Amino acid sequence: MIRRLLPLVAFILLASLLYVGVRMNSGRDNSAIPSPLIDKPAPAFSLPVLGDATRKIGNKDLLGAPYLLNVWGSWCVNCREEHPQITALARSGKVRVIGYDYKDAPEDGQRWLAQFGNPYEIVIADQDGQAALDWGIYGAPETFLVDARGIIRWKAVGAISDEVIQQQIEPQLAKLAASP
Amino acid sequence: MKRLALILLLTMIGFVALAMEPIDYRSAAEEQRFRALTQELRCVLCQNQSLAESNAPIAHDLRLVILRLMRAGKSDDQIKQYLVARYTDFVLYRPEVEPLTWLLWFGPGLLVLVGATVIFAIVRRRSADTPTALPSNDNQEW
Repeated sequence: MIRRLLPLVAFILLASLLYVGVRMNSGRDNSAIPSPLIDKPAPAFSLPVLGDATRKIGNKDLLGAPYLLNVWGSWCVNCREEHPQITALARSGKVRVIGYDYKDAPEDGQRWLAQFGNPYEIVIADQDGQAALDWGIYGAPETFLVDARGIIRWKAVGAISDEVIQQQIEPQLAKLAASP
Repeated sequence: MKRLALILLLTMIGFVALAMEPIDYRSAAEEQRFRALTQELRCVLCQNQSLAESNAPIAHDLRLVILRLMRAGKSDDQIKQYLVARYTDFVLYRPEVEPLTWLLWFGPGLLVLVGATVIFAIVRRRSADTPTALPSNDNQEW
């Protein structure tokens, strides 16, 4: 009897393994690489402000309050998709939103902001994408949440939706507010 | 002579398949090391390609960084460490052997072992069960 059930047992085991595998991966973007920088200090950088190349911004200039670093580029299609959400979040005043114009000609970046609106507190320009490597950036859009002391707390790869804001960013901000 | 030409041509096709911008290598050894290293690292954006094959802008940037680090006298391990620190061991085609990757490294061998044991057991039992000739199946319909 037990002998006869063996294939069935094997099948059930295999099926549950597959089920667990599918469940673990459903609704998740598998191409998104988790950041190794979570809970580590944001990398040191010094980049010019978009539209004012003489002014440089470094990570020390951004300390004092949490900020969202939103990586975008005028060449990036998904950035247009998330821009209304980013704009709404920035306007809500819940968190400072810093723009990071990635691998973009400054003229193009400025034209893009003129066209789609500029909700950012400040936009820094990384034209050749070298500083981005230290952040582990590999495309756009990407978004980091950095706390008041300059520690990276959260990162997302891909467009930010209302769902991501409500289910991930806002809880993270609440956590930061609770333990500054 | 013709054969040599053909071999040369085929080798050149192989090189064209790599998405390399022209690089002024300082030596043949440097070129070889660079090629070997970039083929062993995975492009973070298009994850089915190596850094050597990928045309993605980030792959281009990372290739230049690798060359720069090589010229700064960094070892292969140090260069890999640089990338892992920023992009996790996603970038390694051969990740480190550590508890988290044990299943990845030893799982296939384990499966082969389990399969071999099962087959061995079945074969042993069958040969014990059927001592002489197989029953005639001539009339059986499949």
